[in-house]
Amino acid sequence: MHELSLARDIIETVYQNVPKEEVNRVSSVVIKVGTFSGVVTDSLKFSFQAITSGTELEGAELETIEIPFMLKCNDCNKETTNEIGMMLCSDCGSGNTEIISGGELQIVEVKIQEAEEAA
Amino acid sequence: MDVITIERKVLAKNDAIAEENRKLLKGKKIYTVNIVSSPGSGKTSLVEKTIEKIGSKRKISVIEGDVQTDLDAKRVANYNVPVVQIITNGGCHLEAGLVRDALSGLKIEGTELLIIENVGNLVCPAGYDLGEDLKVVVISVTEGDDKPLKYPKMFMNSEVLVINKTDLLPYVNCKMGELKSNALKINPKLEIFETSCTSGSGINEWCNWLESKIQLEK
Repeated sequence: MHELSLARDIIETVYQNVPKEEVNRVSSVVIKVGTFSGVVTDSLKFSFQAITSGTELEGAELETIEIPFMLKCNDCNKETTNEIGMMLCSDCGSGNTEIISGGELQIVEVKIQEAEEAA
Repeated sequence: MDVITIERKVLAKNDAIAEENRKLLKGKKIYTVNIVSSPGSGKTSLVEKTIEKIGSKRKISVIEGDVQTDLDAKRVANYNVPVVQIITNGGCHLEAGLVRDALSGLKIEGTELLIIENVGNLVCPAGYDLGEDLKVVVISVTEGDDKPLKYPKMFMNSEVLVINKTDLLPYVNCKMGELKSNALKINPKLEIFETSCTSGSGINEWCNWLESKIQLEK
């Protein structure tokens, strides 16, 4: 259950990047979450809500974009995926592979309502 | 609607501190190992056996991570090596900042091998770089041969797998071949050692390999 500390990191980044007077108009924070990032999305959203509750960020939503696990095989050059997180190429069985996506845990952007929209 | 683009890793802060730790340790020519596993797989026993085996030749320091108590640090202190205990107070993993703080409380001058024993947990520590050279995942045969498939990220992110408690193989429903094949499916590059910290079997192989890594650091 490390989602709570991750949520805290996300919120800190929001405060670092959004001008002070606009923080209360943040409508959502968009993050990319890879299949094998080791994060439970629901727990992260719950933690985000729990920490922002009663603060200027209350009501802001944590939007997640799921990024699938993808491997590139250095032997047959194919890009494959599998559900178990196996680093063997599903096509030729080679272990000479590189993970090209699926481990992400990245803040993408923050959406801010216009002042009149928020009013 | 305004959009502020950030494009920053959530763990960027941890990763930056980990990089500082790595720089500091590299500067002192210290080889650093981060040992991870579920609780009770034998991490502390492996640390003890490693000190017994190579502690007279190599200067070893230890950082112990636990949710509560300094029991492990006390165990390791019996071997007369510098040790510091991190108590996370509920935290499920070590973070680079905790290791940085621990390093400031440790006399690491002259250390050749720094062993960081992470909090027992096969999930959360996987994502946190501490500044180590090597991540070692320990699994005991009593946990069953399916664990690499159930907790893939830890096996994906580790370079070494130590399969411990091999003396118990006759008594448990765990097939060594299956366990290794599952681990290698997740990460074909894993270096695998089979050990029993009770009988001492396999400890030589693990320690010889580790020593060759320490030597390369020099």
